[in-house]
Amino acid sequence: MSKIPADLKYAQTHEWVRTLPDGVVEIGITDHAQQALGDLVFVEAPEPGRRVGAHEPFAVVESVKAASDIYSPVAGEVVAANAELASAPERINQEPYGAGWIARIRPDDPASLADLLAPADYGKLLEAEGD
Amino acid sequence: MAFIPHTPEDVAEMLAAIGVTSVEQLFEEIPAALRAGTPTSVPEALNEMEVGRLMLERASVDGLPLSFLGAGAYEHHIPAAVWAIATRGEFYSAYTPYQAEASQGTLQTIYEFQTMIANLTGMAVANASLYDGASAFAEALLMAARIHRKSSSLRVLVPRAVHPYYRDAARAITRQQGFELEEIAYESASGRTALAALAAHEGHDIAAIAIQQPNFFGVLEDADAVSEWARSRGIPVVALVNPTALALLKPPGAWRGGADVVVGEGQPLGVPLCSGGPYFGFMATRLEHVRQMPGRIVGRTLDLAGQPGFTLTLQAREQHIRRGRATSNICTNQGLMVTAATVYLSLMGARGLERVATACHARTRELIAALTRIDGVRAAFTGPCFHECVLQLDRPVGPVLARLAERDILAGVDLTPHYPELGSAFLACATETKTSADIRALAFALRDALQTQHAA
Repeated sequence: MSKIPADLKYAQTHEWVRTLPDGVVEIGITDHAQQALGDLVFVEAPEPGRRVGAHEPFAVVESVKAASDIYSPVAGEVVAANAELASAPERINQEPYGAGWIARIRPDDPASLADLLAPADYGKLLEAEGD
Repeated sequence: MAFIPHTPEDVAEMLAAIGVTSVEQLFEEIPAALRAGTPTSVPEALNEMEVGRLMLERASVDGLPLSFLGAGAYEHHIPAAVWAIATRGEFYSAYTPYQAEASQGTLQTIYEFQTMIANLTGMAVANASLYDGASAFAEALLMAARIHRKSSSLRVLVPRAVHPYYRDAARAITRQQGFELEEIAYESASGRTALAALAAHEGHDIAAIAIQQPNFFGVLEDADAVSEWARSRGIPVVALVNPTALALLKPPGAWRGGADVVVGEGQPLGVPLCSGGPYFGFMATRLEHVRQMPGRIVGRTLDLAGQPGFTLTLQAREQHIRRGRATSNICTNQGLMVTAATVYLSLMGARGLERVATACHARTRELIAALTRIDGVRAAFTGPCFHECVLQLDRPVGPVLARLAERDILAGVDLTPHYPELGSAFLACATETKTSADIRALAFALRDALQTQHAA
């Protein structure tokens, strides 16, 4: 059973979203996603300043098994990317909800975060997927 | 043994499983206007003896002319051992086998090829090859734009002195992704890409810049200056190079501004002219860009027992894994040509290749001296060249070249359709395969053709 912290929001495509005090959101992939991918060997984080649309691929993670696009749960502007992942992609496996964050985005419309899944709903999604 | 593995029953079963009634139905989404229909001009089948005869007749039409054609494909001496080895049963196959457990020999050959290309270009990593030089060039422009993540531009600067067919191929391949190729002029005196013309692009958002060394005219570019201009503006540099010339010239990896992607046509390395193909493209890059490089890459690793072995690596870039978002969906490895090139480079060694390059250059200087002594012939450019040069005549080129062809001499490529601004110009090349007697024969025939045409 994978961890689903209660203080985060989730996307159907297995990203998590943490709202920071200044309204910027931090995004990463869930514990379930990192387990499914296996050991990560490469992360391509987005360039700060880039604009992304909701559900648009904005990062790529590559594991020993596959390469997967990471979709932005919100539309907005990338304000920071986790530079540490370039040399240490395994941070995502080790701490998917902490040091393994991928990018921070300033959402165009903070209200759009309401469309994301609550922890309990994400848990149900995983159950439905057989986790 | 049947080579079509599925029987009519298999076909029916598969169609039923996906709920269609005929194979034809699978193609319904292709509009009728785009469909070729049944071929009408395909002749009757021939047996082996008839095909053999036809090929012999076709080959004899080409004849064995004395050829000074270059322009992207070059006649070089190929040691007999190259194809004797490349066509051995262990290498010779219609499809490159990549299974690590069954193909260590093939994989090691490709690995060694990659190492040789990396050494020759001065780059960290090379791929297993691409279709040909032109498609490799197009892939390099796409790759350079991907590398340039700070830029959202699809504008690529491509000198007019880059091979016109390469520019055509690059335009055709990149157009659907919205790329725009912007031409950079060359200096009319030297034939070099004009550094002054770069100033017009100052401050613009540019995805990448390309430079061909030596350029299409055979002239040596100031690659240091162009790459430095690009580097200081954060613009990725695509180097299009001739592999033989690299034995003498500074490798792109050592250009003052460096190159990000290096590509070229591999044909000069042991592949015969063969009426235009198959050839192969090569590509090399910096290690930090390797995940943006298209094509197969063979890596060296250790097996479970700790023994060295070879296997495909970094496959997550490729279409069988990343599908539509792969680095390329139109590339492959030219396994057989690469095998020949690897054998060629091994036989030549660094010094052998350098001697070939030096001989090419010497022959070309001899050619220029011999031809420009003729009344009505002049060198178009003052810039130093490698093994090709543009010559201008005082009258239309076409009839003169035709006249020489009647005497079984192919003197060069008519540039009128591609570079009308050069007037009556043609591009001539002399490799190590041309003797002083060959060059004298060309000079004699050209003088004769010009005199006859004067008289006419």
